[in-house]
Amino acid sequence: MSVAKSLPHDAATLHVNGAARYIDDIPTPAGTLHLAFGQSTIAAGHIATIDLDAVRACPGVVAVLTADDLPFDNDVSPSNHDEPLLATGEVHYVGQPIFAVVATSHLAARAAARQGKISYNETKAILSIDDAIKAGTIFEDGPRIYQKGDAASAIFGAAHVIEGQMEIGGQEHFYLESQAALVFPQEAGDMLVHSSTQHPTEIQHKVAEALGVPMNAVRVETRRMGGGFGGKESQGNALAVACAVAASLIGKPCKMRYDRDDDMVITGKRHDFRIAYRAGFDDRGCVAGVEFIQYARCGWAMDLSLPVADRAMLHADNAYHLPAARIESHRLKTNTQSATAFRGFGGPQGVVGIERVMDHIAHHLGVDPLLVRRANYYEAAADTPEQNTQTTPYHMPVTDFILHEMTDALAASSDYENRRAAIADWNANNPVLKKGIALTPVKFGISFTLTHLNQAGALVHVYQDGSIQMNHGGTEMGQGLFQKVAQVAAARFGVDVSVVKITATDTAKVPNTSATAASSGSDLNGMAVKAACDTIRDRMADFLAELHQSKVELVRFEDGHVHVGDETYTFAAAAALAYQNRISLSATGFYKTPDLNWDRIKGTGRPFFYFAYGAAVTEVVIDTLTGENRILRADVLHDAGASLNPILDIGQVEGGYVQGAGWLTTEELVWDDQGRLRTHAPSTYKIPACSDRPDVFNVALWNDQNRENTIYRSKAVGEPPLMLGISALMALSDAVAACGAAYPDLDAPATAERVFTTVRTVQNGV
Amino acid sequence: MSHQGTICCSKTNGVKRRVPKVDITFLLNGSLVALSDVNPTTTLLDWLRETRGLTGTKEGCNEGDCGACSIMVTENGKARALNACILFLPQLHGKSVRTVEGVSGPDGTLHPVQDAMIEHHGSQCGFCTPGFIMSMTTAHLNGRSDFDDQLAGNLCRCTGYAPIIRAAKAAAAVPVPVWVKDAAPQVDQDPLFIPTSGDALADVYAANPDATLVAGATDVGLWVTKQLRTLDKVIFLHRCENLKQIEVGEDEIHIGAMVTMNDLGDAIADIHPSYGELIRRYGSVQVRGAATVGGNIANGSPIGDNPPALIALGAILHLRHGPNRRDVAMEDFFVAYGKQDRAPGEFVEAISIPRQPDRLRCYKLSKRFDQDISASCGCFNITHSDGTVTDARIAFGGMAATPKRASAVEKALIGQPWTENTVRAAMAKFDKDFAPLSDMRASADYRLETARNMLLRAYFEDQGHSTSVLEVTV
Repeated sequence: MSVAKSLPHDAATLHVNGAARYIDDIPTPAGTLHLAFGQSTIAAGHIATIDLDAVRACPGVVAVLTADDLPFDNDVSPSNHDEPLLATGEVHYVGQPIFAVVATSHLAARAAARQGKISYNETKAILSIDDAIKAGTIFEDGPRIYQKGDAASAIFGAAHVIEGQMEIGGQEHFYLESQAALVFPQEAGDMLVHSSTQHPTEIQHKVAEALGVPMNAVRVETRRMGGGFGGKESQGNALAVACAVAASLIGKPCKMRYDRDDDMVITGKRHDFRIAYRAGFDDRGCVAGVEFIQYARCGWAMDLSLPVADRAMLHADNAYHLPAARIESHRLKTNTQSATAFRGFGGPQGVVGIERVMDHIAHHLGVDPLLVRRANYYEAAADTPEQNTQTTPYHMPVTDFILHEMTDALAASSDYENRRAAIADWNANNPVLKKGIALTPVKFGISFTLTHLNQAGALVHVYQDGSIQMNHGGTEMGQGLFQKVAQVAAARFGVDVSVVKITATDTAKVPNTSATAASSGSDLNGMAVKAACDTIRDRMADFLAELHQSKVELVRFEDGHVHVGDETYTFAAAAALAYQNRISLSATGFYKTPDLNWDRIKGTGRPFFYFAYGAAVTEVVIDTLTGENRILRADVLHDAGASLNPILDIGQVEGGYVQGAGWLTTEELVWDDQGRLRTHAPSTYKIPACSDRPDVFNVALWNDQNRENTIYRSKAVGEPPLMLGISALMALSDAVAACGAAYPDLDAPATAERVFTTVRTVQNGV
Repeated sequence: MSHQGTICCSKTNGVKRRVPKVDITFLLNGSLVALSDVNPTTTLLDWLRETRGLTGTKEGCNEGDCGACSIMVTENGKARALNACILFLPQLHGKSVRTVEGVSGPDGTLHPVQDAMIEHHGSQCGFCTPGFIMSMTTAHLNGRSDFDDQLAGNLCRCTGYAPIIRAAKAAAAVPVPVWVKDAAPQVDQDPLFIPTSGDALADVYAANPDATLVAGATDVGLWVTKQLRTLDKVIFLHRCENLKQIEVGEDEIHIGAMVTMNDLGDAIADIHPSYGELIRRYGSVQVRGAATVGGNIANGSPIGDNPPALIALGAILHLRHGPNRRDVAMEDFFVAYGKQDRAPGEFVEAISIPRQPDRLRCYKLSKRFDQDISASCGCFNITHSDGTVTDARIAFGGMAATPKRASAVEKALIGQPWTENTVRAAMAKFDKDFAPLSDMRASADYRLETARNMLLRAYFEDQGHSTSVLEVTV
C-alpha cells in the first residue's frame, strides 16, 4: 500500500532542477504590469498632505492608486474589517501601505514608490507592551480568563511558591519566497489570481469584495509556496487585492512581489509575549495551582490575534496536569506590524510559559527539572477514555497522553542521566565555558479552535485510461501535503502513487476551503480525498460485482489491479470498462472533524480532536565571557501517529526543531523608539544557518496509531515539532544556572547578549 | 586595453546623464553570450530571470545574504559560487556562468548532488534548493567537504539543514560530471571601463575620478538593489590580474587589492590561523568569493572585519593615483565615519603585512556565528618576553565610527608583567578608548563589557585554555 512509505516530496525533481514554478516564475504576457506600495514612514498619525506628482513622473509608471481610487471595499483583513489595503487618512505603523504604484517593471515600481511626498500630523505611538498596558489599548473587551479550580487558594496553601515574569520575542517567518501575487483579468470582469497563499478561499473572498463581484467571478490558484509557516495565511491578501484592483482598472495582467525588506517591514510576525506567572507546589515539585497573565503584542490590526492568543491560553498547561489554574490573556493593540499566524499559532508562547515554571520550580527545589516535569505529567492514557479523569485548564479530559512512555524511551536513547552527571563534572572543571542540558515535552492540540474551519473538500477524477487526478483544498508550502494525500488516494485505489496526478489548489475545483493551517492539512484533506476516492471505488466495485455476479465486498483494488471473483483487470482496464458502461468516475469528497465542542469565551469544552506529542533533549555550551552559545546535540522523539510518510514527517520534525530553536536564540526582532523595524533583512535578522543545527541530531518518530479515527491513524505534524526547540532555551537556562546560585530568568530570544547579561545577574547573585 | 566603452545618454528622472555602457562576453551554461550596451548595474539575477527567462535562479533577499540566487562562476579554471543578485553583468566579462538549468547533463542526467538531494529529502518548499544545488555543485567540483562552511551562505527555512548535509556527504564520493567543468570564453576586446591591469586602472580612474570602483560588488551591489541608486560611471576591477596576487615574502606578505577574501583566507590560515578563522566567518563562501581585501578596506566600514586584524598586524596600505604611489599605515587610513584618506582618482592597490611571529588573536562577536556582520570584532597582537609585555597592538571594529586601536589599553599592558592582574587592570581602560553605540546588533554596554572580556580571553588562550564554544564537542 502506498501509505506509510517514505516517498520523496512530489516536486523534489523539479526543485533540484530549478523547474518548480513559483509565482514570479509563471510566464507572463508582454505588457504585464508590476506593483509596489508606498509606505508610511511614521508609526502613528494622520496624513496631512499627499503629493504623488514625483511618483507619477517616474519612468515606467502607469498608474498610482490611493484609497480614493479603490472601487469597492478597501479592506484586506481576515477577521475584523479593520485593515485597509491603502491607508485612509490615518496611519498605524511604519511600513503601512498608503499608495500603490503600477509600473512597467518591478524595479520601476519600487523606485517610484519611494518618491511620494507625504506629510503627517504625528500622534504618540504605542509601541511596546508597556506602552499598550499603560494606554489600555486592546482588542476585545477586557482580558479573557480561563480557569479551573481556585488557583489563588491553591497557591496560598502550597508549601512552596515561585513567581516571575518573562519576555518572549516574536519571530519573522522568513519564508524564502517573499509574498507574491499575479492576476490575469478575464472576460466579463472575471479574475484569475495566482497567489502564494495558504488560504486561496480567503484571497478569493477579499478580491471579490474589493472588486464588488460575487466569489464565483474570482478563481484563485496556488500550486506551491516557497515556504509559508503561517505567514501566508492572511498576509498575501494585500498583494492579490492590489493586483486585482489594478488589473480591473487597467485591463492588464498585474504582478506584485515584495522585495525582502518590504516584506519584513510590511507583514506581520509571530506575536511577542510577556508572561507573568505564580505557582504553588509541594516538596516534589507537584503543582497545586498556577496563575498566568499573558500579554500578547498584536500590532495595529486584529488579523488572527484573538485565536492566536486563545491558543496560547490553551497551551499554558503543555504536558502538565494543573489541579487549579487561572490564565488571563490581554491582547494589546500597538503601532507595529499586525502580528499574525506563525507555526504553533500562540501555542509555543503558552508552552514556553509553563516550561519556564517547571524550570523555575526545579531550580527552587534544587532538583533535576526532568523530575519535576515528570511529576506533573498528565496521567497516562487508559484503555478507555472514560477512565481518564484529569482535565486541562479548559476542562477537556486528556485521554491520549503517551509522554510517560516517550520520555522513558528518549531519556534512555539520549543517555540523559549520565550526560547530565557528566555535564556537572565538566562545568566544575571549566571556569569560562559552561554546558547545560534539558529535556522538554510537547503536547499540542490538533484542530482549528474556530470549529467551523474543521472541514475540507476534495475532487477526484479517474480518467478512462486509469490515470487519476486529485485536487483538494490544502495548499503545498513544502510540508509534503500533496504527496501524503496522493499516497492516500493511491492506497484507496490500490495503485502506485505515480498514477495520481497532483494538481494546484484551485477555488474553481474545491470551494469554501479552510486555510492550510493548524497542522490540519493532511488530517482534513486526506479524509476528504479518501471520501471522494471511496465514492468512485464503490461505484466501480458495484458495477464490476454486478457484471461478474460477485459480491461487492469481494472486489479488491490492489497492486494496480482490480480483482473481481476470478477475474483480474488492470486498474486502467477497469476504468475503461466502467467508462464504457457509463459509470461516473468523478466525485467530490467532504470531511468534517467529529466531536468538537468549544466555547472560547467561557473557556470550556473540547476544542481539539486529539493531541500530538513529542519530546526533545538538547545539550548546549555557553561562553560566560561573551554569552556566545551553541547547540551541541539534540535528540528528538516525535509522535506522528501511524505516519503517512515517515521521511516527510521527520523532515517536519527536524525543520521544526531548528526553527523553534532559532526563534528562542538568534532570531531577534528589534524596533527603534520611532517604531521602525531595524531588523528587516537577513543581514540583521538571523535565522539559523547550516552550522547552527545541532552537531549531533538524532530524530526518530514514535510510531504508534492515533487513538482517534484519523486518516490511516496518522497525526498532524506541521506545528508541534517547533516546540521541541524550547529544550534549547531550557538547556541554556541550565548552563547559565551553573554560573551561580540565583535563578537564571533568561528571556527569549536568548541571544549571546541576553545569555551574557543573565550570566552576570546570576554571578552577582541578584 | 585599447577599446573605448560606449558612452551613451539615458534619461532618468528627467535628468540627462552620461552613462557609459559596456560590451561584454561570457559563457552561460556552456554557450557564448555577447552583449552590447549593457547597463553597468543590471544584475545577473535580473537579467537571467527577466531577459533570458531562466527562472530557476531565485531572488530570496536581493542583498547576498540568503544564497537563493547562487550560481557558479568559473574564471581561470577556478569555480566559485557567487550570489547573482549582487553581481553586475559586466563583472562576468571573460568568465563562465553556470545556473541550475545547466547542472544536469545534456541528456537530462541529474548531477550527483541533485540525485542526492532527492534521495535524502533535502528539499521541502524548494525555493532555496536551486541555490543549494549550485553551492553544492561548486563544492563538489572543488572537492570541498567542509559543508557547514561551503553552505553557510545558503539559508533554508524548512529542513533544518540536516538532510541537505546528508545529501552533500552522499554525493561527495561520486565523480564530477564532465559537463559542469567550464572553459573560458574567447574574449576579443576589453572595454575601457573594464581595465586589465593595475596600470590601466590607474589611468582610467585618474581620468575619471568621479567613477565608482566595483571590485566584488558585495557592498556596491546593495547601493543598487536596496538603495536603488543609479551609478553614473562604473569601473570594474575584476580583470586586473596583477592586483590578484599574494606574495608571501620573508619580510612581508604583499596582498593585491583584488585578492578575494576566500583567497586571502587560504593564504593566511597557516601564517595567522586566528585571522584565517576570522575570515572563515566573514560573510559566506559566496560573499568571500566576490569580496576583495581592497574593497573591504576602501569602503571604510566601521564594522569591516579586515581592518582590525590588519591594524593589529601593523599592515601598510599602498595607494595609487595615476603613476603616483604612497603608503599609509592601516590605522591612519580611517579618518572619520565614511571618510578615508583617499583622494579622488586614488585607489588601494595593495596591502602589506610585516612578517612576525604569530601572536594574533581575533574575536568576532555576532548574533549568528556564520554569515553575520560583526557586532564587534577585536584583534589582539600582544608580545611578551620574559614575563613582561613588550608590545601590544589591539584594534577593534564595531566599537567606534572607524576601525580603531585601543591605545589606552595597549598602554596599560606595555611594560607590565603578563599576568591576570595586569590584564584586569587594562580591561578597565577600554572605556578610555571606546564609547560604542547601541544598535540592532548589540547594546553599547554589551559591546564594551565583551571587549574587556576579549582581552581576558586572549590572556586565557595564551595560557593554554581554550575558551571558544566553537571548539567544544559533546
